[in-house]
Formats: sequence, C-alpha cells, structure tokens
Amino acid sequence: MGVMLILAAALPAAGALAVWRLRRRPYAHWIGAGAAALAFAAVAMLPVGRGSGAWLVADGELTGAWWHQVSIEWAPSLHLEFSLAVDGVSWTLALLTALLGVLCCVHNAVGAEQRAADLLGADRAASAPLQVPAGSFETGGPSPAARRVRGVPADGASGSASGSLQEPPGSFETGGPFPAAAPVHGVPSGAGGGEPEGDRWQSPILTALLLAVQAASTLVFLTDNLVLFFIAFEAVLLPMWAIIHRYGDPAARRRAAAKFALFTVAGSLLMATGLFIAIADTGTADLGAILLHGGVGDDRSLLVFALLALGFAVKAPLWPFHSWLPDAHTAAPTVGSVLLAGVLLKLGTYGLIRVAGGLAPDGAADAAPVLAALAALGILVAGLVCLRLPEIKRLIAYSSVGHMGFVVLAFAAGTEAGVRAALFGNLAHGLVTPLLFFLAGALKARTHTGSLGALGGLRLAAPALAGLLGFAALASLGLPGLAGFWGEAFTVYAAAERGGAWLGLAAAAAFGAFLAAAYLLRMLRRVSHGPVAPAVYGIGDVSAAEAAVWAPLVAGTLLLGLVPGPLLALFSEGLL
Amino acid sequence: MNALAWLLIAAPAAAGLAGLLVRHRPAALILAYAGPAAALACAVGAAFGNPRTAYTLADFGTVTVDAALDLSPAACAVAVATAAVSLLVQLYSAAYLRDDPRYAPFAAQVNLFCAAMLLVVAADDLVFLLVGWEVMGACSYLLIAHYAKLPQAPGAAAKAFLVTRFGDVAFVLGVMILGVSAGTFRIGGLGEAPAAGAAVLLILFGCIGKSAQFPLQVWLPPAMAGPTPVSALIHAATMVAAGAYVLTRLLPVWPPRLLLVVAVTAAVTMVGAGLCALAARDVKGVLAWSTVSQVGFMFAAVAVAAPGAALFHLVSHAAFKGLLFLTAGVVIALAGTDGSLAGTRLRPGDSRLAFWAMTIGLAAMAGLPPLGGFYSKEAVLSAAYEAGTPAGVVVFWAGVGASILTAAYAARLWLLVFWRGRGPAARSAVPRAESFSLWALTIATMGVGAVYYFGPFSLPALHLDLMALLLLATLGGFAVIADSWWRDRPRRTGAAPDRDPARVLGRARDAFAEGLYGERLAAKATRGAAAAASAAATALDVRLVDRGAIEGSARATLAAAEGTAAGHRGGLVRYLRLSAAGTLVVAVVAIGVSLWS
Repeated sequence: MGVMLILAAALPAAGALAVWRLRRRPYAHWIGAGAAALAFAAVAMLPVGRGSGAWLVADGELTGAWWHQVSIEWAPSLHLEFSLAVDGVSWTLALLTALLGVLCCVHNAVGAEQRAADLLGADRAASAPLQVPAGSFETGGPSPAARRVRGVPADGASGSASGSLQEPPGSFETGGPFPAAAPVHGVPSGAGGGEPEGDRWQSPILTALLLAVQAASTLVFLTDNLVLFFIAFEAVLLPMWAIIHRYGDPAARRRAAAKFALFTVAGSLLMATGLFIAIADTGTADLGAILLHGGVGDDRSLLVFALLALGFAVKAPLWPFHSWLPDAHTAAPTVGSVLLAGVLLKLGTYGLIRVAGGLAPDGAADAAPVLAALAALGILVAGLVCLRLPEIKRLIAYSSVGHMGFVVLAFAAGTEAGVRAALFGNLAHGLVTPLLFFLAGALKARTHTGSLGALGGLRLAAPALAGLLGFAALASLGLPGLAGFWGEAFTVYAAAERGGAWLGLAAAAAFGAFLAAAYLLRMLRRVSHGPVAPAVYGIGDVSAAEAAVWAPLVAGTLLLGLVPGPLLALFSEGLL
Repeated sequence: MNALAWLLIAAPAAAGLAGLLVRHRPAALILAYAGPAAALACAVGAAFGNPRTAYTLADFGTVTVDAALDLSPAACAVAVATAAVSLLVQLYSAAYLRDDPRYAPFAAQVNLFCAAMLLVVAADDLVFLLVGWEVMGACSYLLIAHYAKLPQAPGAAAKAFLVTRFGDVAFVLGVMILGVSAGTFRIGGLGEAPAAGAAVLLILFGCIGKSAQFPLQVWLPPAMAGPTPVSALIHAATMVAAGAYVLTRLLPVWPPRLLLVVAVTAAVTMVGAGLCALAARDVKGVLAWSTVSQVGFMFAAVAVAAPGAALFHLVSHAAFKGLLFLTAGVVIALAGTDGSLAGTRLRPGDSRLAFWAMTIGLAAMAGLPPLGGFYSKEAVLSAAYEAGTPAGVVVFWAGVGASILTAAYAARLWLLVFWRGRGPAARSAVPRAESFSLWALTIATMGVGAVYYFGPFSLPALHLDLMALLLLATLGGFAVIADSWWRDRPRRTGAAPDRDPARVLGRARDAFAEGLYGERLAAKATRGAAAAASAAATALDVRLVDRGAIEGSARATLAAAEGTAAGHRGGLVRYLRLSAAGTLVVAVVAIGVSLWS
C-alpha cells in the first residue's frame, strides 16, 4: 500500500508533465483527466488493509495509527525525508483533492472539446491550418521551445516568474509543477496568436497546472515529514499563482495573483519559522512522533503555535488575514476557484488542526480564545459583507471566509466534538463551495456577467441550473440533511460546551448561520426569481457533461448530510 | 413495526426526491399520491404498535446524535392528521394546478414538506428533529415562491424562511445548550428534571418563529402569496403547528415558573391575531390571522401543562383549517377575484358544496357543538381553568376573549362571502377533482370531536359551566357581528353602505387590517439595521483591513524600499557617513546587549 501512497502524489505530477509535453495534441486534456482519475483510484484504494488505528510497539518503536506509511531517505542532515503516511483525517482530504482534480480536468476537457466543435462548425477553413504549425512545433521538443519563448518579453510579469523559478526547494521536490509552470508565459502567446482573451482557459497547460496543484496538495495532506510538508505547502503556490495570473479574469488577474502569492508567502515564512523551531526543539521532523510525544516543550509551545497559526490563518483564511481570498477567487478561472476553495483553503485548516494543534497543543489551548474570537468575528463580518456584494463569484468567495470561521471556531473550542465538527465542516465546505463555483462559472459563461443586478429569472430560463443553484445555496447555508449542517451545528455545540463567554461565540456562530441564509436567499432572489433578465434570456440549460461533472458533488453533499456517521468515525480514530 | 416508523418518513421523502427528477405529469401525479398515501397507511399502522427505534447517526465523542423515532399514540394521531392533510392537498392541487408547467417540482416539494413534518412528529432526538424542522422551512420557501409571475412571491418566500430561520438561531442554540447540560439530545433521555431556563426560553423563541406567534408573526400573512393548497398545508397540520408540537414534547423538562412566558405569548397572540383577523381585507388574510390565533390556543394549552389539550386542538384545527383553506381556493376561483373581501361574493346556491364546506369549517372554528373545534377549545379552557396557576388565569381569560373574536371573524367572513349577492365575474360549479378533498375534510371536521371520547390524548373532563361559557362567548361574537350587519342593511334610500362588520373596530380597524403595521415596521427596521451593519462591516473589512492594514503594509514596504534605494544612490562621502553611522549603531547595540546579558 506504500506504493499507492506514492502513486497518489506521483500520478498527478506525472500527468502534469505528460499533458504539458503533449499539449499540442487534441487528446492532451484527456491524458490529464486520465491521470487524475488514476490518482483518484490510488487514493480511494488507501483504506484497503488499514490498521486498527491503535498504537503498537514494534522493534522498540511505536508504530500504528497511520493506516500506511512509507519512508525514503532524502537529506537526513536537513531532517528531510520523503515520508508519506495516511490516516482517516488526511485520507478524506486527499480523496476530496483527487475528486476535485478529476472533476476539474474533465471540466476542462469537455470545455475544450465544445470549443473545438464550435470552431470547427463556425470556421472550418480557418481552424484547419492551425493544426499544421502545432504539429511541426511539437517536434522541436518542448523545453527549448519554452525557454526560447520565455526569453521574449511576452508580458510584463515574466520577469517575476523567472525570478520565482530560481527557488531551489520546489524544483527539488515536486518536479511536476515547475516545468509546467515555466512555459505558461511563453506558450499561449506563441500558440494563441489571435485567439480572444476569454478562450484561453481551454489550454491544456491549465490542465497541467491543475494537476500540479493536485500533486502538491496531495503531498501536503499525505506527508509525515515537516520539512517535506513545508516544501509541498509552498509548491502548491506556484502553479496556483500561474493559474490565476495566466488564465484569470483579464481585468483583475495580475493584481489578484500577486496579492495571493505575496500574502500567502508571507504567511508561509512565519509558518516555516514555527516548523523549524519545533524541529529544533524536538530533534525530529517526524510529524507522527511529535504528535505522539505531545508536541514541543511548554516554554516554546505558545511561540510555535502563534507562528504556525499565523501562517495557516492566512491560508485558511481566518479573518482578518483573508483579503487575498475574494480577489483571488473572483479573478481565477472556474477551475481555479474550485481548487482554491476545495483544496487550498483546506491546506490551511488541515495545517491548523493537525500541524499547529499537534505540534503545540498547550499553545493552542492558550491561544484558543483569540483564535475563537477572530473566527466568530470573521463569521459575522463575512456574513454582513456578503449582504451587499453585487457579484456572484465574489459573494461565494466571501462566504468561504464565514465557513472557514466555523471550522476555526470549532477547532479553537478544542473539545472532542469541536475537533470533529471542524474536520467535518472543512470537508463539507470542500464539496459545497466548489459546486457553487462550478455553477457560478457555468452561469457566467452563459450570460457573460456575474453581476446580481443583471441576472434574474434563471428558473424560467434554465430550470435545472436554477434548481442546482438552489440546492447548493441551501447546502451552503447549512440546511440540516445536507453536508453543511453537521459541522456548523456542532461548532455551536462545541462552543456551548466550553460555557461562559464561549456562549457568546456560540450565539455569534448561530447568528452567522442566519446571515448565511439571508445573503444566499438574496442571491437566489436576484438570480433565480423575478422576470427573465436580458442576459439570461435564451441561455442553455445544464448539459449532460456538466451534469456528470457536478453529480459527484451533489451526491457527496447529500450523502454526508444524511449519513455523517462513517466520516465522523474516520475522524475519531485520526491521529491528532 | 419499526420498519413502519421508518417508512412513515422515508416514503414521502423518497417520493419527493424522486419527484424532483421527474418531468412528466403522469409520473409526478403517481409519486404525489403515493408518498402521503403510504405515510398515512404507516401512521395508522404505527398507531397500533407504538414503535420506538434508534440508530446512531453521528458520534461527536462527548455526545451522539441518534436517528431515533418514538411514535407514541399521541404522535401517531398528529402523524395521521399530517399525512391525511398532505394527501388531500395533493389530490386538490392536482386539479388546482392542472395547467401549471411547474406542477412536478411543486408536488415533489409538498411530499418533502410532508416528510419533514412527519420527521418532526416522530423524532425522539432534538438534532434529528432539527433536520425535519429546517427542511420544512426550506420547502415552505420553495412552495411559497412557486408562482413565477407573482412579483411579491419571492419576497414573501424569503421572508417566511428568514423569519423562521431567525427563530432557529435561538432554537439551535437552545438545543445545543440543552444537549450540553443533559449530555444527550434524546427527548426521552432528558429526564424529568427541569432544564436550564435559558435553554428552554431559546427553544421557545424558535417555536414562536415557526408557529408565527407574537412577535414573529410577521411572516405568515405574506406567505399567502403561495398557491392556496400550500397555505392549507402550512397552516393546517404542518409548519405552523410544529412549534406547538415541539413544545408539548419538551413539556416534561420545562421549568414550571417559565410557563408564564408561554402564557403571555399565547394570550397576546390569541387576542391580537383575532382582532387582525376581524379587520383583514381578504379571504385568505382572515384565515391566516385565524391560524395565528388558533395556534395561540395550542400555546395556551402548553402554558398550563396540558399537552393532550394542545395536541387535540392541533388535530381538530388541522381538519377545519385544511377545509377552510381548500374551500377558500374554490370560492376565490368561483368568484373570479384575487381574493379580496370587497369583491369576493357568491350566493349559497352557486356551489352548494363550497357553501356548506365553508359554513361547517367556520362553525367548527367558532366552536359550535358538536363540531371538533368546540371540544378542542373546551379542552384547552378546562385545562386552563383547572391549572390554578397565574399562567392558567392569563390564558383562560385571553382564551374567552379570543373565542368571542373567533366567532366574530368567522361570522363576518361567512356573511361577506355568501350573503351579499353574486359578484360580477362569478361562475358556478366546482371542479370534480377538488370536491373530493372538500368532502373528506368536511367529514373529518364533523367527526373529529369523537377524538375527545376515543382518542389517544389525556384530556380534562368536560365542564358544563365552561361549555356554557364558551357557547355564550361564541354567541356573543355572533351577536356583535349580526347587530352591525343588520344596522348596515341596504335601505331603499341612498347608496348601498359598506356592510363590512369590521366597522365595530372603529378607528383601529385600519391598523388591525395591516397587522398593527408589524410587518412593515419589522421590514423597515430589519432592512435599516442590515444595511447599516453591512455597510459598517464592509467599511471595516475593505477600508480598514484590506486597504489599510494589508495593502498599507505593502505600500509601506515599497516606500521603505524607495527610501533605502535613495540612500544608496549618494556619492562616496554619503556612503562613508552612512557606514560610519551604521558601524556605530551596531557597536552600541552589541555593547549594550553584552552588558545587559
């Protein structure tokens, strides 16, 4: 099963490379989708033959708790080891990552095929010659070509890109992201030629970048080594930056990408400091071992937790470290938003719960009131801000701040129920918000606007799309029976369990759920109800391919809502 | 037997979920009938066995959520009423919405609604109950917003969902606090010990929201924007009654001194809503306010710790209110109006069925023997009479006053609709498919009094003196309206006066017709507060945090970089000065640190 662990991270990376190499071929997208599907299968296989979850003594060393473990020596002097391990907590998140990876790749592939069909139908004569130079270009070999084009000042930001490429640890570790990230600046300018700006997202390079994000994120969830954790955590950033920078909304993408990258790098450096203090203090970078020994010493605990929490709070994001998120989500292409919401935010909460909480449990207990107050404030502020946002993607993005506030609040409460609620809410958000982003993306692609003022009457024009949007909104507002409920309701429980002033935080969280209902109903009223707006008139309803991409998210939302028990059981035996 | 209990909820839920995927009307019709019919059969079957069952649904370590069902005989009676009304509503709406292209999702949502209410009725775990509780709210949102062409429908739907959800903030908080203190969410496991006051008051607030009691009654009158069968469903045996039902379930843990809060809520609601019903300007408005008032009677029974009386009134109210709403739909269709009382006129002969159904329904609501409403209202008043607590005194006299008002608004509606001659657009005949539901509910309304003698509820004995008092109150109400009606009779001289007996309210009439402006004031206040809070939050979030702190730090860094770069652009002399100063600073700091440590 160790092989499966490695494959889970290696397959998307290999897929990213393959897609990038074969980016001129018409089937490049499907290679990406295939690699993502294989990775999903590998992750899905992981529970096979898992241990009981209890600690065992073998060869004088404590093992167990992890389902499977694999470890390859890498750079012992740096405490760096290619060490992967999986348990119930990380497996669910890895599975979510793999699922979203597959869905995003299929979404891209289907979109590209539709685009090709449209082009072929509309302008057969013009599109046919395009195939010829693409084929001959391919023979030259991808990497010299990419370097050649990168040298050309295709756009203003290529200098900063090559600057970030010098950073050694990333290329050392994943291999996947970097070759994929590098040519981004060259290729579309060479290949796209006269293509309009909005169509670039069908490029196979985007699929390659998605796979790179998937590979690095999976590695974050599965690694057992703190140094490798940091490397993978940083490696997620670059392909994601490229996705926003290159394929985002033309008006805002550069600025949003720069803000995203700088903000999260600043957080990650604090996190790195915390990690290295912890490694120096305990003398090992083995996450499982540190967790088992109760974290770092008492005197360092608060410092380590504060540094780690600051870093993860940026990624999660915890209010007031969230302001990169609305810009990034709004500017990113649909698949980028999906991965941001479904995967990147989870890196922050996963790190907060397992790494920060595990390395410094005493510090976490000391800092809990601050964390909880910020989380509750974030829930309220995000809810109130959402009440007046005029743009659908931005609204969904801001709602993430509120949802993540619930997760952080539940974690900060620190009770058993709280930690489980945090993990559950985390995962539920990873299903519901990507669905909302897919739907908002489909809506924007059809109507060419995301402004709530310009939309209306969707349920008359496209009943199935409106129905799905309603379903996703109900799930997002925490309707019981759907996935969002359990995490948020038991956040309230966990806060109430602490008693005293925490009751106020519980009330704030409960009121935040009401605000969520208010802003989501406002969105539905503007988008779905009323007379059919001109932008909405005559748009197509949900296609079969779209339904296939969204169906797993809908099914997962229903399943987690109706049968939360198995997932909670997985969390209960997780190593925390 | 336990399978029956699960099937009771699963059948309509499955029919509803399947119905959402169905496009064709025949298939939708089959699912629409099959769901509630199966639920009705299960509810009747479960009444013979009192099934109890529980599975662990979610284990949160210190507390578990169980999928627990407990169908006591009383719960079965409520479940039967719910399923029966849902089935009749489905039968009725198949005809009522015969030309509606969105019939299939409508029928599916009615089934989901029915399943959610049955879950509330059967659940023995507060969090599990919450699932049904909120799904019901969401379904009401979807159903009220059904008419795409009606401009006020989306707003009314959102208002219904948000007001009840506002109550749910308190409900969830109360349930969680109760769960923390009891260590379990099982209603059966909460024990007999009174729970914490704060928790039960929070839960009460949630129930007030769901049941549209004062001060959260504002959502119910606008909810009339939904199709008439939806109104019947919401008012008769489901959503509005759910609040009172949950209170009866929690009565064992209710601290006795806090029952006075329930009593005051009930008293204010009963009388206030009765006055609003008397002044209301359209047919469905009268019925909506009457629901608020009648649910107030259920709350009153809860306030005197008489769950049996509350549930008996719930069941009898389900019968006559379902009948009244469905008949009102027929009457409005026959009169060819929008339902405003000014224009909705029929002659009794235009439709004998509608006339008699309406008459019997109104008589039951007013409390004329031997109809169901008489027995259930008498049970509530006897319980209040026997209670001998301050709460009992409050609800007894409020109940008597509300009975007078009930008789008055029932008589007013009857006179205005049937005894002003025929309206201009009226046509006769009742569609056959709709008449079955009217017949069934008429029979149920006449027969539900038998539940007093043969039903599963523990009820106080009949008091002859109270029966006389109740009858007197009812007749008093009739007399006031009849007097006004007679005085305003059309005379030969002059134009026909406004015969509306609501004139007895005098100058307050307009205020009551508008629900004491509660809806408008609440909307204004909420909008204002939301806009102000949202603007403040946006200012904090965007101006202070994002542009101020975050981008400000970026600007500060750039400025510092500029400054540093400028410093390095000087000549040799400047470099020398800078390096000398720098060396000095470093040296001083180093010496200082070494001396200090």
